[in-house]
Amino acid sequence: MAEFTLPRNSRVQEGRTFKAQEGAKNIRRFRVYRYDPDSGQNPRMDTYEVDMDRCGPMVLDALLKIKNEVDSTLTLRRSCREGVCGSCAMNIDGTNTLACTHDTKDIKGDVKIYPLPHMPVIKDLVPDLTHFFAQYATIKPWLQTETPPPDRERLQSKEERAKLDGLYECILCACCTTSCPSWWWNGDRYLGPASLLQAYRWIVDSRDEAAGERLDELQDPFKLYRCHTIMNCTRTCPKGLNPAQAIAEVKKLILEREH
Amino acid sequence: MATDNRPLSPHLGIYRWQITMSMSIVHRATGIWLSLGTLALVYWLIAAAVGPDAYAAAQALFGGWIGQILLWTWVFCLFFHLCNGIRHLFWDSGRGFAIKTFYITGYTVWVIALLLTVAAIVLAYTLGGGA
Repeated sequence: MAEFTLPRNSRVQEGRTFKAQEGAKNIRRFRVYRYDPDSGQNPRMDTYEVDMDRCGPMVLDALLKIKNEVDSTLTLRRSCREGVCGSCAMNIDGTNTLACTHDTKDIKGDVKIYPLPHMPVIKDLVPDLTHFFAQYATIKPWLQTETPPPDRERLQSKEERAKLDGLYECILCACCTTSCPSWWWNGDRYLGPASLLQAYRWIVDSRDEAAGERLDELQDPFKLYRCHTIMNCTRTCPKGLNPAQAIAEVKKLILEREH
Repeated sequence: MATDNRPLSPHLGIYRWQITMSMSIVHRATGIWLSLGTLALVYWLIAAAVGPDAYAAAQALFGGWIGQILLWTWVFCLFFHLCNGIRHLFWDSGRGFAIKTFYITGYTVWVIALLLTVAAIVLAYTLGGGA
């Protein structure tokens, strides 16, 4: 059931403010969600003033500057800093995106940063993605075949390979799934856009021989059909992919095979 | 490490309102309001079947300014739900998923639904003479 308000232990309180150094001229305020599991206290919003003349352009640059120079307790995931690993996915300026590829200049006013929405928070900007990846595992994201392996690779034509464009680029950052209101309310049973896009990626792969079983698995009132074409997923994908379209294609395939 | 007392990260309260989720919630709200409207329609039909007194009472209710406002909200909801429903049919056929198309069709639904509502009001008061 949809719970529109946050549980008591999750309500966000006002936190501390860290002023910029004397003499800083180009100051931006970063409002960052903080939660310390050892404190026993509720989450809070800390405010950091950052001198943008001495900071890189991306939101991740600012977060790392804060962590390095102001408050080393600030906790976040990051790795590649170029939008291919998906680690630094978070809610920035109201939408989910990657901190490393989001320019602070594109944000008006204070830069508000939260962890990915509607997730259990381990610490600060680090959500628990266990359930997200468990759902991904249920779609069996690997090549399934029955025919004996050929002597060489299983080949695809250029046209067959082109069907994977717009699907294989997914980095599983969870931006789309955690932007989906339907997943917020029914995430225990609805697979969410990322897992469904991945499911479609294997269904349309010409080398895969389990498309029927994959569709059988998805033909379920909750796993697939909680998608109501809200389109937050496509709107927010930092890689410019279209999970909503992929889900629609799965629905079409299920419909087509019944006739 | 304890995992059962983890806070839930903020969601609806902090997510930026954009046409994607607002169209969806308005579609749902208009649907709910329309289903309540069918109860009003049933009341009106029953009143007409029961007799002149009951019918006059129903006419007075829907002819009054509260009744009229209610009727026009139902007219708008009907047109919005209809137009956005057609949009859903296109999605079911796999079309209209590009973000740009999605925004254009979303705003178009608002404009057409409002135009049809205004047209219905004008028609109703010029042809039917209101209540």
